Amino acid sequence: LKLCKYCLSGHPTLPCNVLKFKSTTIMLDCGLDMTSTLNFLPLPLVQSPRLSNLPGWSLKDGSAFLDKELKECSGHVFVDSVPEFCLPETELIDLSTVDVILISNYHCMMALPYITEHTGFTGTVYATEPTVQIGRLLMEELVNFIERVPKAQSASLWKNKDIQRLLPSPLKDAVEVSTWRRCYTMQEVNSALSKIQLVGYSQKIELFGAVQVTPLSSGYALGSSNWIIQSHYEKVSYVSGSSLLTTHPQPMDQASLKNSDVLILTGLTQIPTANPDGMVGEFCSNLALTVRNGGNVLVPCYPSGVIYDLLECLYQYIDSAGLSNIPFYFISPVANSSLEFSQIFAEWLCHNKQTKVYLPEPPFPHAELIQTNKLKHYPSLHGDFSSDFRQPCVVFTGHPSLRFGDVVHFMELWGKSSLNTVIFTEPDFSYLEALAPYQPLAMKCIYCPIDTRLNFIQVSKLLKEVQPLHVVCPEQYTQPPPAQSHRMDLMIDCQPPAMSYRRAEVLALPFKRRYEKIEIMPELADALVPMEIKPGISLATVSAVLHTKDNKHVLQPPPRPAQPSGGKKRKRASEDIPDCKVLKPLLSGSIPVEQFVQTLEKHGFSDIKVEDTAKGHIVLLQEAETLIQIEEDSTHIICDNDEMLRVRLRDLVLKFLQKF
Amino acid sequence: MDPECSQLLPALCAVLADPRQPMADDTCLEKLLDWFKTITEAGSSLLLLQENPCLVELLCHVLKPQDLSSRVLSFSLRLTGVFAAQEDCFQYLQQGELLPRLFGEAGPLGGAAWTAPTVRSGWIQGLRSLAQHPSALHFLADCGAVDTIFSLQGDSSLFVASAAGQLLVHILSLSMRGLAEGPPGLQADDWPPCAQKIVGHIEESLRSTATPQITQALNVLTTTFSHCHDPWTQVLWVRLHPLVAALLEKDPVPAAHSLVDLLLSVARSPGLSSSSCGLWETLAQTVSHLSPTQAGLLALGILKLQDCPQALRAQAFAVLLQPLACVLKATAQGPGPSGLLDSTAADSVTADMLPPSKAACVGLLCRTLAHLELLLPLPQRPCPWPQVPLLGAAVTLLQLCGGSGSPASDAGRQLCALLLGCVRVQRAALDFLGTLSQETGPPELVTQVFAVLLEYLRSPDSSPTVLKKAFQATFRWLLSSPRTPGCSDLDSDAVLFLRELLPVLQKRLCSPCWEVRDSSLEFLTQMTRRWGGQAGFRHALLASEVPRLTEQLLRDPESYVRASAVTAMGQLSSQGLCVPSAGPEHPGGQQSLLGELLHILSADSEGFPRRAVMQVFTQWLRDSHADVVGDTEQFVAGVLQVAGQDLDWEVRAQGLELALVFLEQTLGPSRSHCPYAVTPPVAAPAGPLTQALQSLCRVRLFEFAFRALFDCDRPVAQKSCDLLLLLRAKTASSSSLQEPRSSPDVASVEAALQRWRAGDQAQPLGDLEPEVVLAVLRSMDLEGLRGALAESSDHVEKSPQSLLQDMLATVGIRGENEADCY
Repeated sequence: LKLCKYCLSGHPTLPCNVLKFKSTTIMLDCGLDMTSTLNFLPLPLVQSPRLSNLPGWSLKDGSAFLDKELKECSGHVFVDSVPEFCLPETELIDLSTVDVILISNYHCMMALPYITEHTGFTGTVYATEPTVQIGRLLMEELVNFIERVPKAQSASLWKNKDIQRLLPSPLKDAVEVSTWRRCYTMQEVNSALSKIQLVGYSQKIELFGAVQVTPLSSGYALGSSNWIIQSHYEKVSYVSGSSLLTTHPQPMDQASLKNSDVLILTGLTQIPTANPDGMVGEFCSNLALTVRNGGNVLVPCYPSGVIYDLLECLYQYIDSAGLSNIPFYFISPVANSSLEFSQIFAEWLCHNKQTKVYLPEPPFPHAELIQTNKLKHYPSLHGDFSSDFRQPCVVFTGHPSLRFGDVVHFMELWGKSSLNTVIFTEPDFSYLEALAPYQPLAMKCIYCPIDTRLNFIQVSKLLKEVQPLHVVCPEQYTQPPPAQSHRMDLMIDCQPPAMSYRRAEVLALPFKRRYEKIEIMPELADALVPMEIKPGISLATVSAVLHTKDNKHVLQPPPRPAQPSGGKKRKRASEDIPDCKVLKPLLSGSIPVEQFVQTLEKHGFSDIKVEDTAKGHIVLLQEAETLIQIEEDSTHIICDNDEMLRVRLRDLVLKFLQKF
Repeated sequence: MDPECSQLLPALCAVLADPRQPMADDTCLEKLLDWFKTITEAGSSLLLLQENPCLVELLCHVLKPQDLSSRVLSFSLRLTGVFAAQEDCFQYLQQGELLPRLFGEAGPLGGAAWTAPTVRSGWIQGLRSLAQHPSALHFLADCGAVDTIFSLQGDSSLFVASAAGQLLVHILSLSMRGLAEGPPGLQADDWPPCAQKIVGHIEESLRSTATPQITQALNVLTTTFSHCHDPWTQVLWVRLHPLVAALLEKDPVPAAHSLVDLLLSVARSPGLSSSSCGLWETLAQTVSHLSPTQAGLLALGILKLQDCPQALRAQAFAVLLQPLACVLKATAQGPGPSGLLDSTAADSVTADMLPPSKAACVGLLCRTLAHLELLLPLPQRPCPWPQVPLLGAAVTLLQLCGGSGSPASDAGRQLCALLLGCVRVQRAALDFLGTLSQETGPPELVTQVFAVLLEYLRSPDSSPTVLKKAFQATFRWLLSSPRTPGCSDLDSDAVLFLRELLPVLQKRLCSPCWEVRDSSLEFLTQMTRRWGGQAGFRHALLASEVPRLTEQLLRDPESYVRASAVTAMGQLSSQGLCVPSAGPEHPGGQQSLLGELLHILSADSEGFPRRAVMQVFTQWLRDSHADVVGDTEQFVAGVLQVAGQDLDWEVRAQGLELALVFLEQTLGPSRSHCPYAVTPPVAAPAGPLTQALQSLCRVRLFEFAFRALFDCDRPVAQKSCDLLLLLRAKTASSSSLQEPRSSPDVASVEAALQRWRAGDQAQPLGDLEPEVVLAVLRSMDLEGLRGALAESSDHVEKSPQSLLQDMLATVGIRGENEADCY
């Protein structure tokens, strides 16, 4: 029996893997790689003359048939169409056979509607409540951002392989472009989310009686989990997006990961060289510096996650930095829900925040920022925001890719002044690529990626602590980053070396299932008569019927031999009941050669010769032309046609063995 | 002893001897012992005992089997030692068999009290005081004390063990002092029996296989050679040298640390001529035998020696440099010597010579850097000094720790993983790099130095302490950067560097971590003080936001930062580098800074910012700052009025400093500043003097100074006293201002001062006339006051009599309390 893992996503922090384990097919996360959107033009919320008048791009030979689809902007070529996303691999395995999907955090479920709505998936999705609620917010925001800027045009010509070859980088190198899809609709989102079953930490969920899955706190985000997938004799741990830092979520449960046969490790920090504490300091310093000089600060971000921690840091910092009069704006279609949801998931928060609830106080200090009017939130820059808007200010808004959402407008508005600063805190997108369509930019750019997920030092401590037999991880983690090839510390270092995987690869997990648990019915157990063959080891023979249903195996007493009562019945009985032959006794023990020879001599055999062989001994009875081969697990008596002699010898051999 | 104390003594002895009245505070016993030491140093102990029989009774009493506290027992042993230090008194106590009973087998030595470390310590210290004369040596030999001391060397209490070792050295030295004719020969028979016993024990210990015993022997020898420099020590070394050298043949060398101490103390001893005793050979052998972690300290010690053979120095320096050579080797891009060690030594260096564990490797590197840093400023430092490779090593280490190093070899990569983010090495390397700025380096390397410093100043991961050190090192390198001697301006490279540095400084001034803001401000102050007048610096600074951000930090929530911001702004303003604030609440820039500082002085809740303001104001007054020159009197009057009411004595003391500056500016400089300057004794002309005094009166300097004179904090009163004495001296020669002492004004001022002195300072002095002030000054006993203030505050309470009374009183109170309980 083998365990197989199908890798459907090459992105180590947006994983999508399928595990085949004991007749179940389990999908682990379904992350959506949104970096594909960086190839598209931004969707401006307010008509932008600059973006709408870009020249079309033409091939070197002058042919301009692509000029409707591709536009040239700041020396780069972008696709002028609705942004599209790179989906997980759908061809590697028939996704309709997936039984369950386990979600580890809200960032890793963004591809869910594509899987549940378009592949024939009929199973169940398991996730914690905050994961579902905040995941819904992220999807809602995404759909909203894209749907509110309707774009009739959908570009497909450029995806033609022969044409793509002719395009400049990075379009030329974009992978799997034919599978890129437009964003799902809210209807699909709702349908997908309806397939989710909510779970709590440490809750044990039986899958078809074959395996048990359990979510554990991973410490990374509200409701984020690692998963344990185990049978009676095998344990696979799935670690995805975990954090050991003290931020808002419940701390990571490490102890339950111990004794794993296989540990699948994904979702490590994307910026291993940046220490989150240092980055938060950098964020605050640059924010204060800009605002004190009269500039505005733009923070492209997701509506949930790190923003809670940033607001908390700013809450402590703004008074000391003399920024009390500076307005903080949080603009997102889901801003209000996000800020409120964070306050109600008390049981999913770290201990400090949980205790606040009993005071009672809101666990996050952003409540106070809102109360004192220092933080204001708006669904969009249209409406109330435009009348309240005051500069200099700090704006938190999405999307971090800078391709859609309100952030596009602020980039256009503030990009021309060197007083303003854009501070990138989300690590998912290369900030240089994100900025490409906005060049030339006078605005200052600060890159402070805050990624609280495990770094390699923490991973090595974790692995020492939980000691899995095998580690499986994306190939990116098994070598230092290409830009820092000397940094041997920036890779997973464990013994035995970690097994790596890449997109569209099937991996046989390196252990074999050797045991299966079988239950014995009480009446059958009653009938057993164990015999102690060694101190502490008893044996009993058992004759029974093995009954297997729903992946559970039970030994039941064999039916009694049918009474010879009627011809018809008898016939049926003989068909149904297996033959119960009279059993030969089982033998155990070993034959001490010297004593055996002595016994033979006592019984009148002479001229005995003993030869040692690789596996045991050969006793030669030269006179009788007979040979007794004694090996560890077998004894053979070889004599020519003298059945009497054989039986005599056999009985002598049997004297040395135990029977039962 | 004065009669009052003699009277109190019997009662005190009775209390001490009474186990039911334990002493709560053993500092009293220490003070009592000190007092007896003073008495016996000044006079005869024998007489003291004879006049105060209660003392001997106390000593006899403690011998009785009873439940006496270990403190009193220890005290009695030490007291006995103090008395028996004089030979006649020793004989007296010996007659009464008191000494053997206290210090011999029959004493506490065998009893239950011996388990208390304080008793064992008292026993040792008693003997230490007692062992001053030949009779004492006989006594020690007779009562078998030396054997006990041997065993106490391994005592569980470190204090006892160390005291035992020192006592052995003392006894050895005492017994050798008795030798009439020169140092002894090498033969054992030549040595006095007591000395022979001790040296024999040391020899035996050195031959032992047990490291603790070897350590004890080495420690005793180290103390001997550090404290005794008589000719016999040379004989002792010649006698023991083979045994010490034999230790080096063991692997690992036992008690390496103590061995290093011993060899260095021998090498430093003026009593030994090192060349004749094979010391250099032993040192050379030791340096090569010990592991790099152990040898560093010895190498440093050798290099500090004044007259050491060149070969040994070279060897020691190579050992000291080895860890850094390993670092350079591990990170070298190609083969070839790093230049740190000569080619033969360099070939043998491999990167894996560094300890593989992080803690050991970091410890070794930090020690190496600290040792080299100590060595650099010494005149006897090795020559030629390998400045270039050392700079390279410091830069490399910093790059490895910061993650910007790019080692080519596996060893380098391992080292990188080990050192990455290591704050200890970062701090040590930055300190070392700063020290290296005393010498220059090739331009390309200096560029690297500035690059790595900038990297550290920029890095979000630099811890506040690392950042502070990076600032310090940067300042030192900037200081050393002018290439043309005599030109103090920054060179063009430094100005370019400054352009990159200022944005970093701007960001750091906005850091959420107050330590970072604070050290950034300190750095800015240093830079401005040094280069504030230079065009390049001024231009770069004014083009940045730094002055404006600094001004905002005057309102920082952290008081240390406010204080540093005050100092920085004071400095910027002095150099005319303040940018007028554009905000509506600060019209008129420069003027508002004075207002803002005055506001801090009067309203800030913390002392540090107020102290900083006073320092800035004093400096401004001294430098005739533009804001001050406009109306100096109003400025001084305002500042003194606020400072006089401050609760922080340092602010008030600084106020007196400011008053002194004003006084000198008004009356002419004080002569006391330069006592040897030849100044003609010209009497100050009366006219200007009167005007000057009137000016002092107008700023109410006298009221401020008189109030300070009766300040409850002594430093303030002392400073004020000095100021008034100076003033009186300055005006003494003026005859025109002589006024009859008994004018009604004078009387009322004197009366007010009397009340102030008594603590009632509510009533102000009102407007004073110069003549009245002078009359009051002349009538005051300022010299007497200065004398009284110079005494320590507890001089009244420090008498022995009060000590005895206090001790009796505490026991008395305890008794009363007990009575109350029942």
